[in-house]
Amino acid sequence: MTGVPIEHGLLLAAILFCLGLLGVLVRRNIIFVLMSMEIMFNAVGLAFISAGSRWAEPDGQIMFMLVLTLAAAEVAVGLALVLQLYKRFKTLDLDVLSKLKG
Amino acid sequence: MMLILLIMLLFVGGLLVWLADRARLADARWLTLILLGCGLGLLLFGYANAGSVEVVGRQWYLGYHIPWIQRFGINLTLAVDGLGFVMVLLTLFLGLVAVLSSWREIEHSRGFFHFNLLWTLAGVVGVFTALDLFLFFVFWEVMLVPMYFIIAIWGHENRTYAALKFFIFTQASGLLMLLAIVGLVYYQYQASGILTFNYFVLLDTPLTAQVGYWLMLGFFIAFAVKLPAVLVHSWLPDAHTQAPTAGSVILAGVLLKTGAYGIIRFVVPLFPEASAQFASLAMALGVGSIIYGAALAFAQTDLKRLIAYTSISHMGFVLLGVYAGNEEGLQGAVMTMLAHGMTSAALFAFAGAIQQRIHTRDMRQMGGFWTRAPRLGAWVLFFSVAALGMPGLANFVGEFLVLIGAFKANAWITVAACAGLILAPVYSLLVIQKVFHGEPQPERQLTDAGTREVVMLGMMAVITVVLGLFPHLILDLVSGGLSLLPPDAPVSGDLSVGLGLLQEPIN
Amino acid sequence: MLELLWLVPTLPLVGFLLLVFGRLPRRLAACVGVGSVALAALLTLLIALTFLNLPQGEQVFRQSLWLWFQAGELEAGFNLYLDPLALVMMGIITGIGFLIHLYSVGYMAEDTAFNRFFAYMNLFVAAMLILVLGDNLLVLYLGWEGVGLCSYLLIGFWYDNPANGYAARKAFIVTRIGDTSMALGLFLLFMQLSTLDIQGITEQAQANWQPGTGLPVLAAALLLGGALGKSAQLPLQTWLPDAMAGPTPISALIHAATMVTAGVYLIARMHGLFLLAPQVMLAVAVIGAATLLISGFTALVQTDIKRILAFSTMSQLGYMFLALGVGAWSAAIFHLMTHAFFKALLFLAAGAVILSLHHEQNIFNMGGLRKRLPLSFWSFMIGGLALAALPLTSGYYSKHEILLAAESFEQAGDWLWLAGVLGALMTGLYTFRLIFIVFFGADKTSAHEGVGLVIRLPLMLLCVLSIVGGWIPLPFAGVFPVLESGHGSSTKEWLGTLAPMLGILIAFACFYRRNAIVDGLSRSYPGQLIRRFWFSGWGFDWLYQLFLITPFMCLVAINKKDVVDGGYRLLAWFISGLHRLLSFSQTGRVRWYATVILLGVVGFVAMGVVR
Repeated sequence: MTGVPIEHGLLLAAILFCLGLLGVLVRRNIIFVLMSMEIMFNAVGLAFISAGSRWAEPDGQIMFMLVLTLAAAEVAVGLALVLQLYKRFKTLDLDVLSKLKG
Repeated sequence: MMLILLIMLLFVGGLLVWLADRARLADARWLTLILLGCGLGLLLFGYANAGSVEVVGRQWYLGYHIPWIQRFGINLTLAVDGLGFVMVLLTLFLGLVAVLSSWREIEHSRGFFHFNLLWTLAGVVGVFTALDLFLFFVFWEVMLVPMYFIIAIWGHENRTYAALKFFIFTQASGLLMLLAIVGLVYYQYQASGILTFNYFVLLDTPLTAQVGYWLMLGFFIAFAVKLPAVLVHSWLPDAHTQAPTAGSVILAGVLLKTGAYGIIRFVVPLFPEASAQFASLAMALGVGSIIYGAALAFAQTDLKRLIAYTSISHMGFVLLGVYAGNEEGLQGAVMTMLAHGMTSAALFAFAGAIQQRIHTRDMRQMGGFWTRAPRLGAWVLFFSVAALGMPGLANFVGEFLVLIGAFKANAWITVAACAGLILAPVYSLLVIQKVFHGEPQPERQLTDAGTREVVMLGMMAVITVVLGLFPHLILDLVSGGLSLLPPDAPVSGDLSVGLGLLQEPIN
Repeated sequence: MLELLWLVPTLPLVGFLLLVFGRLPRRLAACVGVGSVALAALLTLLIALTFLNLPQGEQVFRQSLWLWFQAGELEAGFNLYLDPLALVMMGIITGIGFLIHLYSVGYMAEDTAFNRFFAYMNLFVAAMLILVLGDNLLVLYLGWEGVGLCSYLLIGFWYDNPANGYAARKAFIVTRIGDTSMALGLFLLFMQLSTLDIQGITEQAQANWQPGTGLPVLAAALLLGGALGKSAQLPLQTWLPDAMAGPTPISALIHAATMVTAGVYLIARMHGLFLLAPQVMLAVAVIGAATLLISGFTALVQTDIKRILAFSTMSQLGYMFLALGVGAWSAAIFHLMTHAFFKALLFLAAGAVILSLHHEQNIFNMGGLRKRLPLSFWSFMIGGLALAALPLTSGYYSKHEILLAAESFEQAGDWLWLAGVLGALMTGLYTFRLIFIVFFGADKTSAHEGVGLVIRLPLMLLCVLSIVGGWIPLPFAGVFPVLESGHGSSTKEWLGTLAPMLGILIAFACFYRRNAIVDGLSRSYPGQLIRRFWFSGWGFDWLYQLFLITPFMCLVAINKKDVVDGGYRLLAWFISGLHRLLSFSQTGRVRWYATVILLGVVGFVAMGVVR
């Protein structure tokens, strides 16, 4: 069975991960940061699936399921927090929300 | 049995007082008074009916012994000798005084305040009775925490700072003591294969000179901080000044004595050679405390701070006496502890009373109070005079014995210590002058001492006079073979009897 | 009768307790205050009658009350010891004490703190009795400190004036310096001889110590320190003039008749030890001579009636020290007794004058009081004559003995004698300067003598005692070693008798009327300088202020904040600085944290790869 070579899948996953990371680091809007984190989750998921298909094991897909649920939970909690933050501070700028410091 | 009952009485009683106050069932103050009265009764009754066991040449009363953490050789071993008994007596009595002195001062959460007070006292009683080093350390910490709360919650304007300082000093030095205890146990285990924290067994630990010196220093520093000796004293003025009256009374009257007790009970007997080697340094520290404390007391304008510094000066005499290494010095040290317990507690109670009346501790705003409050003035005059070492009162007995003992050990150090005798009236009479003498201030409303205050101060005054004229009532209890430094009387731990105490519960 | 000895100090003590706790009405308070001392005096008289009937050589009575101290080798009972010396002192204390108590009822009649006054007075009498009756040095020390305390309390009796409080504290602290020296002496004696019993010390010292060696000299010198402080001798004399801030009966009782003589008593009591230290004996004599001269000159220029008497007291105490130093023990005690009579009289008379003038103490605001205050005048006259030691008065006999003993002293006897004679001249001079200025000359006041019987009676009795006191035989045979005093040259004896008369003549010439020469002399520049120097008591206060008090105050002020605590504060500051430094890295920015995490991961991976 010929498919996409694992290198391509991993390369794509790496590019996606880096894009997501870059988004986390440079975006100031908290929504975009959360979206970037979703991209990173999915990149990791892609890497799992690629690896799973390479060795014809179901583990990769199981892991992806876990990542998906985690991401969903994270989005649920995260968005709720974002809503609360917005209510409280009227902004979603991460640099403004810097109360948590010594 | 009596001792564990006593300690439990204080611990459980503390909880009861707290609960009763929350449920508004009873007045916390009266309940505490009754509890302490019961404790005193229990102790005296137990002591009167107690049989004694002789270990290391001392008579031990009211012994109690059950295993606790057997894997590490830790036991609940409690017993008192004459010294311990006298100290427990002092603790309970000053507990009563403390409750009386803060009668009107504590306005919020009285229940929790008296809970803390009782737990502190329980810890102190534990310290004075524990003969298991681990247990001793536990009690050492137990008396610290409630005291921290007392200062931090009910203290005066700068209470957080003072409470924290008190906590850090005691805690850091306590850590050194824990290290030294563990080290001592370890060396005992290496030598004999017995893992135990029992005091009597540890008395016989073979130590090389150097190890002994370092371990001794660990204990000594912890006790010197509590005492306090000069250089590690600086927690005391803040803590005493900021604490509520009852806190100051307990701190000065009782807590400082745990340091001196620790030196007498642990440092000297556990490390006789190292202590002898260290003696002249310790005596010099004592003299330093005497003079430094007195000079600083004179400089203060804050009434409580002044009294706090005098404590340093007086406890310097204790240090001097303990390390003089002879019977006179040691008995003098014990007597000074008791006498200072009375006078400093009385003076702090007075300072609290004044602060409550005129809402300041600044002596520059006082003066001429004798006109309005002659009774209070007379009592304060009495205790000031006692504090400056008037013969016929307890403090003189203590100081004189200390000095005569120290003179035998080291004449020049004693000559320096005598500067304390000259400085004592300089600061003591300053209090009288600034507060009671001088131009009367008619605009200040000042009520004279009431019945509660008269009873409280009167009790202490009677004790001061009785101890001053008949010191034997106490000294005979304490004297019988207190451990001295070698070569006067080398400590010979009777290991077999010590183990006997270890194995069988005595009662 | 002798078994009741313990009751003598107990009676005033009970009086003290009653006065403190009893809240007695004024009349009853006076009864308790005076009555307790009167009873003590009566009891003393009865004891004396029994005691003096004992055969000579057995005139010793010891009473053990209870064991006071016992620790290690130290064992000291609360024991009383009665011998002729103690008996004489007891008689002076209770007798004069009673008269002064009686006088005080009148003198303090207007005072609001009447009870407090008598309470302190009774406590003083009790403490002083314990001092002289103590069998060992510890009991003596108890009395010693007790009288010091009472002196403090009574000098500062009128507490609303801070100056009085200052004088009181000065008195206590300066004497405390001496007391500390004495305490050290006690320690030394105890360490060397293992006892504090006075008789025991004397015996053992004489058995074990060679005369003139280091130990007895050191011990005697340390005890001497205590005596100097209490008896206001050089260099611890500065407190006594200021002590006049107290009510006048106090000055009479404490600062003239009894407490200040405690130092003399101590040395006389310890004479066995002092005999082993001839160097210290010489020092005692020299200090006495120096003090009597210096305070004589100082008294000459004072303007306050009580201060003149205070300096005169110091001067007379100097005579006693001179006597002790040359070994004339009984002469010293003799002079102590006569001095107690006439100086108490002078002070009480001065008190009557002050009372009549509504608390005026400056002698230059008085004058011509001879007619207005006849009783005070005659009291002053008799007291003054006795003080100046004119023949037939009590002071003559005692001072004469002292001069005689000084003359025959082998070391520097001539100089000591000369100082004594010069002092006698000065005594006559300053005493009669006072009398001429106050009682003669122009009438400057409108006073009248409105004093009652309680004031008159003590004055008259003391007048009698001041005259006949010299004939009281002192039962000192066998107590003190006899001084083999050969008769000095009769010229010197005559000189000694004539010197005070010369002094009085000079006083008459200079002060009876305003004298232009004296005025000119005291206005001239050197005259002013000397006057000011003498007036300040030869600058001792200034010296102490400069070299002791100011440096101490400076040190204390600098260190008020406690340098040691400063060290800990510095440590705390350093640590909180470190904390602040580290907390810079905590910006609160999530992106910054993420970047740092990334860098960390990259770093770790890189470490793994490189390895």
